[in-house]
Amino acid sequence: MRSTPETSDWDLVIKGHTSLFDLKFKDIWNYRDLLVMFVKRDFVSFYKQTILGPLWFFIQPIFTTIVFTFVFGNLAGISTDGLPQQLFYLTGITSWNYFSDCLTKTSTVFKDNASIFGKVYFPRLIMPLSIVVSNLVRFGVQLLLLLFMMLYFNFSPVKGSDFHITYAIVFFPFLVLLMALLGLGLGLIITAITTKYKDLTFLVTFGVQLLMYGTTVIYPLSAAPEKYKRIIELNPMTGIIEAFRYAFLGRGEFTFWSIGYSVIITLIVLLLGILIFNKTEKNFVDTI
Amino acid sequence: MSKAVIQVENLSKAYQIGQIGTGTVSRDLERFFATKILGKDDPFLKIGETNDRSTKGKSDIVWSLKDINFKINQGDAVGIIGKNGAGKSTLLKLLSRVTGPTTGEIKVKGRIASLLEVGTGFHPELSGRENIYLNGAILGMRKKEITRKLDEIIDFSGVERYIDTPVKRYSSGMYVRLAFAVAAHLESEILIVDEVLAVGDAEFQKKCLGKMGDISKGEGRTVLFVSHNMAAVKNLCTKGIVLENGQLAFNGNIEECISKYLQGNSFSNELINARGRKGSGKVKFEKVSVFGNDETQNVVSGEKLNILFNLENNNGISNDRIRLDVRIEDDFGQRFSWVSSSLVSIENDLVPKSILIHYPRNNFNNGIYFATIFMTVDDEVSDFIENAFQIIVESGNFFSNGKIVPEKQSKILMDFDMIFS
Repeated sequence: MRSTPETSDWDLVIKGHTSLFDLKFKDIWNYRDLLVMFVKRDFVSFYKQTILGPLWFFIQPIFTTIVFTFVFGNLAGISTDGLPQQLFYLTGITSWNYFSDCLTKTSTVFKDNASIFGKVYFPRLIMPLSIVVSNLVRFGVQLLLLLFMMLYFNFSPVKGSDFHITYAIVFFPFLVLLMALLGLGLGLIITAITTKYKDLTFLVTFGVQLLMYGTTVIYPLSAAPEKYKRIIELNPMTGIIEAFRYAFLGRGEFTFWSIGYSVIITLIVLLLGILIFNKTEKNFVDTI
Repeated sequence: MSKAVIQVENLSKAYQIGQIGTGTVSRDLERFFATKILGKDDPFLKIGETNDRSTKGKSDIVWSLKDINFKINQGDAVGIIGKNGAGKSTLLKLLSRVTGPTTGEIKVKGRIASLLEVGTGFHPELSGRENIYLNGAILGMRKKEITRKLDEIIDFSGVERYIDTPVKRYSSGMYVRLAFAVAAHLESEILIVDEVLAVGDAEFQKKCLGKMGDISKGEGRTVLFVSHNMAAVKNLCTKGIVLENGQLAFNGNIEECISKYLQGNSFSNELINARGRKGSGKVKFEKVSVFGNDETQNVVSGEKLNILFNLENNNGISNDRIRLDVRIEDDFGQRFSWVSSSLVSIENDLVPKSILIHYPRNNFNNGIYFATIFMTVDDEVSDFIENAFQIIVESGNFFSNGKIVPEKQSKILMDFDMIFS
């Protein structure tokens, strides 16, 4: 709004209808300290007044791995591509957890923060961004567990423990970013819609769980039946998890096509998410 | 002529009342089609009505604010006054960007910090110090700024001893002190304050008002202040805005604003829809009128004061079974007067439709007072409304010599003799 010298005099113009593409990134940058503060708050409040503290970050993936190994590995006998079952499941769980945490936590951002959003202005996008970063801390801790397990299996080889880190490890940060943005984008769309139509909230919790079975968390893509393979590949998380497994363990279908597909889907979802979120944030206080 | 820092043009805000949710998908699509594709006005906003709570409107849309225009100059301390539901909070929400306007625009120069509530975002598990950083950041401060002002903030709050204790262990007073301390040290050019001063003890309230005075007078920053406490508004503000049913009723200097507000306020009040009432409801307060010497006069210090209640007495209960108490307090809850039908003997025997309380000489100094009313039938509570209505007392010629005692000297005036010997 710099059409006339008169209007450019003002620092801020609050209007009913703003451009759809006015995303206020500069504002977000100005509030970066707040983002750091929120991350710190989440981390500290998580372990205050618990006995085990940050150890809780380990417990969930360890137990899930044990259960998966028992149910899917031993009882159902699903292939793990010749990898040690524990490592196979743990890589899947670690990366899937990060994605699903980002998605489910951002999908309730408006509802959970209605009271604070109703009282004070700050760029609303700070909140979901801080969730994604907070989860990164948790992801990092779980990654340590994975590395530890890899070391263990390296020095005490069991039958079929043929795994190695590949060159694809250099893409690791990029893969994490991709998961974060995909989870964020989907979460933003869902939270924006749930301010008005609450039905979606119920869908999210079990939807994410079901989606896990549509992703290559408990089975390798190579073991998927031919007629479902196409559908599983349509899931953008499949390419990411396969690449993740290929980078750390040397097995999985890592192609530039599958990653390229995930990147395109992620960018579309993220853009859509941010646009809808920005449109909703202006007036959601009145409807929630 | 100083520079305008806030300019509000044709500002309106519509709310949808009643149920939101069911059946709105089709309406949303219809609205989207009309506004975005055809470029027409929103079809569901057409039936605009003014925002009057007591009459039931025809449509689901109410205009909480309608066509508001005003300008605020740099360094002004502006009081925003109006009855409950007049649109004060909505205006503050729009100014602080919590929600967006329906039409119109607000132009702002400088940074706005708004205090619609103290302690927004305080986390109970974090220590006082950590919460200062968190709350400061939420209010828009950079970390460096907070670090620079940390000692000042802790000092102002007066909770130094507990600063590294989680705030969940704080008393509510300490909590509020800390929260206000953070807010008071914001370095924004414009500060918006809602009635946050209603909390904390009297000493701290004074400190807060003092600090706000410093901000506007000493530091040349612009303050917008919303309160029902006319004394505080008068003390703090130079200009005022009076809102009435979502519209701008008056805009000018603060004395004129207050008297304009009081005029619209001192006569009668419907009580039949009063909230928070208790009791069996056998006999209910329906309406109250407060007036001075006669029904057209305002209440003036030293003159007569009359309170007339209209009753809803459908069960035909006679006056010997009814007891009525009226207590009058100031805005800090100090009790000043109590009268009761149990203190007098009432001889006639009838089914009352109204009760008049007549005080021959009003001892209140100018200010606003609040009345709590209580009625029993056969010693059982029938109707009990706390802070049911306000009594606004204008300064008057109490001592019959034309001299006026300032409100800050005393809230009560008493006849006296002074003998020198």
